[in-house]
Amino acid sequence: MKFVDSFFIAIRSLVANKLRSSLTMLGIIIGVGAVISLMSIGRGAEASIMSTFEQMGTNVINVVSKTPGVSTLAAMTYSNLSLTLDDAEAIERLPLVTMVAPVNENYVDIATGEESTVAVVEASTPEFEVVYNYPAEFGRFITEQDVKSRASVVVLGSEIAEDLFDTEDPVGQEVKILGRDFTVVGVLEAKGGQMMGGSMDSIIVVPITTYQVRLFPRQTIRGEDAVMSLSVQVVDSVYNDEVSEEITELLRKRHRIADDEDEDFMIITMEQALGLMQQVTGIFTIVLGAIAGISLLVGGIGIMNIMLVSVTERTREIGIRKAVGARRRDILMQFLIEAATLSAVGGGIGIVGGWAVSYLISHIDTGDIPLNAVVTPDIVILAISVSVFIGLASGVYPAMRAASLNPIDALHYG
Amino acid sequence: MIELENITKVYRMGKVEVPALRGVSLSIREGDLVAIIGASGSGKSTLMNIIGCLDKPTSGRYILEGVDVGQLNDNQLARLRNKKVGFVFQDYNLLPRATALSNVELPLVYGGGRNKRKQAMEALERVGLGRRANHKPTELSGGEQQRVAIARALVNNPQIILADEPTGNLDSVATAEIVSIFTQLNRDGITLVVITHEVDIAGQAQRTIHMLDGRITRGDCEEKVI
Repeated sequence: MKFVDSFFIAIRSLVANKLRSSLTMLGIIIGVGAVISLMSIGRGAEASIMSTFEQMGTNVINVVSKTPGVSTLAAMTYSNLSLTLDDAEAIERLPLVTMVAPVNENYVDIATGEESTVAVVEASTPEFEVVYNYPAEFGRFITEQDVKSRASVVVLGSEIAEDLFDTEDPVGQEVKILGRDFTVVGVLEAKGGQMMGGSMDSIIVVPITTYQVRLFPRQTIRGEDAVMSLSVQVVDSVYNDEVSEEITELLRKRHRIADDEDEDFMIITMEQALGLMQQVTGIFTIVLGAIAGISLLVGGIGIMNIMLVSVTERTREIGIRKAVGARRRDILMQFLIEAATLSAVGGGIGIVGGWAVSYLISHIDTGDIPLNAVVTPDIVILAISVSVFIGLASGVYPAMRAASLNPIDALHYG
Repeated sequence: MIELENITKVYRMGKVEVPALRGVSLSIREGDLVAIIGASGSGKSTLMNIIGCLDKPTSGRYILEGVDVGQLNDNQLARLRNKKVGFVFQDYNLLPRATALSNVELPLVYGGGRNKRKQAMEALERVGLGRRANHKPTELSGGEQQRVAIARALVNNPQIILADEPTGNLDSVATAEIVSIFTQLNRDGITLVVITHEVDIAGQAQRTIHMLDGRITRGDCEEKVI
């Protein structure tokens, strides 16, 4: 018998059993669709988080205060502050460092006469604009002069500007931050991303000296005005390790830390931070993948169920076919083509469906959290290969057993 | 053309062995119309299945047209079922979702060859069902379904047609039709072996073989000729 004949027999049999064929396909469609849509959402979330991180570049090293001898996250969060603006200047003089942006950070109320909102205040120097890539769209960024004179000036993130002034031009207007008067000198370009659940556009920038004196005065143990973290931009990310060592050496000397004592600061490269973040988003994708896997499994069991339930009818059919002269391989070929066709058509519909779902999700307005579901080839290949495997195995295995029966046993089966 | 020598068949039901045939020897010549009769459980269906190569004997020799069937592999047996023997079952065994024409065409699909549709149509016309070609089995009466099954059995022009109680489920009118088709086929030179309770077919037969408890009790006179 020719392959073409096997093919037509298989197709004719599928068309003749429309209900069974469509139920079997439904299992594959749901399985493949679920895997593709859920995995793509996971990948999308991962990608959107990573992209906000990568905007800052991998050639940035962060130096933060740390309580000596404590190694958990608490050491960073609740530590005594140990860094100063002089530390920043000293690090900036290192040959492989292009610039240093000292940053103090806090939440503040910010208000005009009519409106008020909460913003993340980033207190820094003009370097912040470059290191964090936050150019001013209107007006100007804070200047060296502002820092030196502890000027009460503020640059607004685009969302804060919109919240407070709507369509009005905020530049030159007065705002109150923690009840103190500040003059708006500029508005930042919109970034559109988000960081740790907060929009990257709901920040405000003030000179770090102003922050230290007027907003949140805090001192180091030695009584100097404190800085929470230093963002150090390195000439090239290949020098990250080298510069990290130089900073360690420099700060140990400046903070007079003895050789046998722990440091009161910690160095985190952007690569390390990225790695940490990838771990978190990786777990997210794994969880979604597990849910998708369960759908695929349930779909697969559905396929097996229908295939096995129909085996009584099919065994009789096999008996009839063998009685009129079908060989074992003719039977196997027919069932193989049937299962493969169901898997391929069902898988195809599943891909299109899953793709459509992830497209819809990408275009639903989720407010602050943009989510771009990304369908990657590996997801598609995974979904297809699992469903094809289940389809073939559950379709062909019973057929293989039935095909090796004596024709008369197959006819009397069930 | 059919020669059976001391054929036995034992079914295994769990640990119990149930003998269905206890040494059957039989010879059937070309062009014969042979009726097999016997009580249910006498082994006549088992004998038919072995003659039709649907089942294998536990022991003994079966020679069909000079070929020792016991020596054939599965593929050769499939070819034999396809080309040499047509089988008609009591419960028709048609593919329920295929049309009469597709059912008749089935042996041609597995046997190869050209003009499958045309040949299948000719076979259907031979049993007087040309006009019902595109009906499914569920749309046909029992007699018509059995005629479709006969058309399927003869579509490959086999020398032998085996029928296992072909009229067992049919009323007297349909039975008469089937009997007349069979006698016509026999007149055309086809060897026919029929298991039957019907006096009509038995009456037409040149030989009647009686079976009881897995043995031939009467009508096996030819055995001595071998």
